[in-house]
Amino acid sequence: MSVIVSSLEQRIRADNLKESPLSTQEYFVNMGPQHPSTHGVLRMVVKLDGETVREVIPVLGYIHRGIEKMGESFGYRQFVHMTDRIDYLSALINNWAVSMTVEKAAKIELNDRIQIIRTIMAELQRIQSHQLWWGVFGMDMGAFTPFLYGFRDREIITDIFEETIGARLTMNYIQPGGLMFDIHPNFQKRVKDFLKYFKPKLEEYETLLSGNVILQERVRNVGIMDAKTAISIGATGPVLRASGVKHDLRKLDPYGVYDKVDFDVPVGRIGDCWDRYWVRIEEIKQSMRIVEQLIDNIPEGKTMLMKPAVKIKLPEGTYYSQVETPRGVLGVFVVSDGKDKPYRIHLRTPNFNNIWSITEMSSNWRLGDLVAMLSSLDVVVPDIDR
Amino acid sequence: MDNQSLIAAVTAAANNIKLREKADRAAIEVPAEGLLALMQKLRDDAQFSFDMLCDHTVIDWLAEGTFEFVYQLYSMTHQHYLMVLTRVSRDNPTVPSVSSLWKIAEWQERECYDMFGALYDGHKDLRRLFLEDDWKGFPLRKDYKDDFMLERPQ
Repeated sequence: MSVIVSSLEQRIRADNLKESPLSTQEYFVNMGPQHPSTHGVLRMVVKLDGETVREVIPVLGYIHRGIEKMGESFGYRQFVHMTDRIDYLSALINNWAVSMTVEKAAKIELNDRIQIIRTIMAELQRIQSHQLWWGVFGMDMGAFTPFLYGFRDREIITDIFEETIGARLTMNYIQPGGLMFDIHPNFQKRVKDFLKYFKPKLEEYETLLSGNVILQERVRNVGIMDAKTAISIGATGPVLRASGVKHDLRKLDPYGVYDKVDFDVPVGRIGDCWDRYWVRIEEIKQSMRIVEQLIDNIPEGKTMLMKPAVKIKLPEGTYYSQVETPRGVLGVFVVSDGKDKPYRIHLRTPNFNNIWSITEMSSNWRLGDLVAMLSSLDVVVPDIDR
Repeated sequence: MDNQSLIAAVTAAANNIKLREKADRAAIEVPAEGLLALMQKLRDDAQFSFDMLCDHTVIDWLAEGTFEFVYQLYSMTHQHYLMVLTRVSRDNPTVPSVSSLWKIAEWQERECYDMFGALYDGHKDLRRLFLEDDWKGFPLRKDYKDDFMLERPQ
């Protein structure tokens, strides 16, 4: 004799699946491309039965700009400027990906000053990206306050970036061979001020949204994706880590100075929306830890090791490097024929893979839960389409 | 496994495998006929266990008249990478689909069809991914031209 203990939620789900005595008809509804909770121009054709989602078909290409084709007529230094348009929330890390590919191929050794400034910038970018995601996630769940709080604190990092780099969103700071400019004299002080300010604010985030009963009810056990499916889909970043796979390139294939700093990789348990939420909140804390360890230890040195006017020529061959962006693994695949322009340049973007997990996790959930799942994936649509 | 022992193990596991020169990661070339069997082995064999298809794309070698299919494999268990390349003629760019092995291959192959016109034998839903269904031509081919394209003066 075996006893099966069910829960209210399982009971409701089973009821959703049961044949209804009323004659219902499945129908298709368009969600997007212009929809506030699809975070850009993402269109999903949703097969509905009542309000229950049976199938999701993502339709892409509304912001396809042919960046790979354009890359074939640009030099490597010019192509860096394309990368902050693919995933605008991780512009600096994207710059780093292309710069790293070029530096590895051209065998340029960087000094500690460049590596440490790059790492600090990348981690600030990660905090900033997760702040925006947190705000938008709250708004998708029906809470408007987190959106304002997230943007308020994000503004401080944006100002720090603006002071050093001159741009607020599409930043071209990390260049092949070094950095565009040296850091602003105020940089270290302002970053330390920010960390002092933001630590209590993060606790406020937690009390405001994380512990909220309505949020907990909407995200716990919703949109579960197991580790095997996540790996088969090629999901990376917080989406994969929430499913319980401890995969972080900063640990496994370290670049910059990640091998010299101390930080943990947060991992979820079952891969539901709550795990994806929790992993990102923990990542903000770890990023702050990394910045804290580095901010007082920036050594002196040059910030640009190549002459900016010289055209970069890579030796013939194929090159592939990858970095960990706030959303997962960004890989840059370059095929060079020895000229100053790449023969073929391909970007393996994290969101392209992550978005497809929506087709696996969404069936037999309600339409409202689909919004929660999409928001927990933290998609940036230009990064899918390129 | 490091690159050298990985390549040695892969070469021992199947026939007709050539080492790819001028690549910064472990890379092999296989003929298109043996691709699916090799991929199956690379995924299921415990010493390789490539459970993730990290990336898939195509290179158009116009001068040689071939398409080169690039598969970047990654193993979560062993943390090693392998690049598998295969060349087919540009006139009939057909390779077996690996979408039965990795879920993401279904969409990566759709992207390659969309951009290069590459055809995948055994793919269950091969249609355009980014462009409209009635788009003429395949934009990432080197000889692609349309009326709206701006060309740099040589």
